[in-house]
Amino acid sequence: MSTEDLLVIENLNKSYSTGFGGRNKTQILHDVSLSVGRGQTLGLVGESGSGKSTTASCVMGLTAVDSGSIRFDGREITGLSKSERRALRSSMQMVFQDPNGSLDPRFTVRELVEEPLIIHGHKDRSERALKVAKTLDLVGLTEKQAERYPHAFSGGQRQRIAIARALVLNPQLVVLDEPVSALDVSIQAQVLNLLAQLQDELSLTYLFIVHDLAVAKLMSHQIAVMHRGKVVEYGTSQEVFEQTSHPYTKALLDAVPGTKQGVGHA
Amino acid sequence: MPVNTEVQRAGQEQSTATPVLEINNLCTNFELPGSTVQAVRDVSFTLCPGQRLAVVGESGSGKSAMAMSLVGLIPPPGKVASGSVKLRGKELVGLGDKEISAIRGKDIGLVFQDPMAGLDPLKTIGSQFVETIRVHQNLSVRQAKELACELLAEVGVNDPRRRIEDYPHQYSGGMRQRVLIAMAIANDPAVVIADEPTTALDVTTQAQVLELLERICDERGNALMMITHNLGIVRQLCDSVNVMYAGRVVEQTSVNALFNEPTHPYTKALLDCMIDPYTTVRGQLPAIPGSPPDLAAAQPGCAFAERCPLGSAEKICHEQRPEAVVLASGAVSRCHFAHELEGAQS
Repeated sequence: MSTEDLLVIENLNKSYSTGFGGRNKTQILHDVSLSVGRGQTLGLVGESGSGKSTTASCVMGLTAVDSGSIRFDGREITGLSKSERRALRSSMQMVFQDPNGSLDPRFTVRELVEEPLIIHGHKDRSERALKVAKTLDLVGLTEKQAERYPHAFSGGQRQRIAIARALVLNPQLVVLDEPVSALDVSIQAQVLNLLAQLQDELSLTYLFIVHDLAVAKLMSHQIAVMHRGKVVEYGTSQEVFEQTSHPYTKALLDAVPGTKQGVGHA
Repeated sequence: MPVNTEVQRAGQEQSTATPVLEINNLCTNFELPGSTVQAVRDVSFTLCPGQRLAVVGESGSGKSAMAMSLVGLIPPPGKVASGSVKLRGKELVGLGDKEISAIRGKDIGLVFQDPMAGLDPLKTIGSQFVETIRVHQNLSVRQAKELACELLAEVGVNDPRRRIEDYPHQYSGGMRQRVLIAMAIANDPAVVIADEPTTALDVTTQAQVLELLERICDERGNALMMITHNLGIVRQLCDSVNVMYAGRVVEQTSVNALFNEPTHPYTKALLDCMIDPYTTVRGQLPAIPGSPPDLAAAQPGCAFAERCPLGSAEKICHEQRPEAVVLASGAVSRCHFAHELEGAQS
């Protein structure tokens, strides 16, 4: 692993207790090892239940790990205390699938984007205003729109607000959990273009969780395919697409409806 | 508005067959305080036995509202304002709750997006299935259960006799959708309406459910109306397509023509937005600028004009509503420049 990697995950294991009194253990992650280079995108592909969201949640510190290591910017971040974790969180942010679920309807867009700054102790009011204005501009929201409430926006615009909330803290790593799967194709394209443009401008590092292989290929430098808690295929997006080695990846590729592969057996 | 049957029938290959479902000038409004949202605007088309029609459009384009209007499931304050829906010649608009529910589930089967919402978590699959069958067919509980087991086996549920005693949460998402498909076809409907049946499923499961739908329709010969926003599914499963935008059907065509020679700028833009994993370049994904229009506002011109690469500059697009144009290929397009678009491609 090169020193250029911003995020390095090694042999991550996670299990949940299930059954009566937690007698049975379900292993969610088996020895997951991944790394993401600075300014790059790692696409995490797999079906629901494959462990991709759990991996992200471990990275964000929302879930405690059983064993293994996660290093962010050279520093071990598993087992951090609450306050250490909080300090770290401004450099790693997350955007969720459902923009409606993550935006408080009683806040205006400006308040929504300002909130993370307040939480992270940015006390200077005028400095906050400046940062908010800059971030809104970055994601393509106007001053006038900033005074409105989330309900006045379409799904794609709401996702822009969620992205602005994540970016206002100037993070290095952004974890994107299915950011476009709730959006229509035409809007999806706008958001994907925005994400690509933001990455180039701000040299952001993305951990991009996605179930759509076409989107993963388009957005990622590297792709990891997860299946039942294991990384079954890992390489540059070119490699994963062109030299598919694992039968599960092949199955995923074949299952995309109406693509070049899909038409044949229609 | 006068009914032009020629326009309706065009764009559908099986124009010789007797349509099982005929929709004419259907309009559905939602009356809100202070405004009226016109969700479905003057929609006309026919569905023939064996036909597999896709209804494509973005969220809010009226595709689900249209489908729900057909079976009397529009929630208040929504209401079918005008138009007619004929099932084998029988008018469905204006029927009472009792009469329409005798048709829904019997002549028209429904499959929804969220399989959990269609199932009662407190009842076993078997008891729900038996109920569905016995509402419409005069069978004993034992006979209905027998039929249910047969249908479950048909849709690929292993060991149906045991599984029928399970509750919905004991089924996976894909299996639940299979159960709902089995229920939808239980009373041998002439038409199956599937509203985004695979959107909540994983790709591999989606592929299985699509194959199942295809096989069921092949074997039973019922008409399928597939509501989806996924053009890949359209290509795989359907033969004809209605593209909806802002409550109107803007293009009616065959699936082949849709992909090879779209004759409405919106259809073309939608196709351009499809990501081809082999050729699309990162950051340069074609997007449709702007967002769909407010359906409560009046639309003097073409609803797509604001976002259209062709029409945004043209005066006629903003001022005059485009009429349906029947093209040489049989496609129907509601665009002032449909002929030019068609010409540009051949």
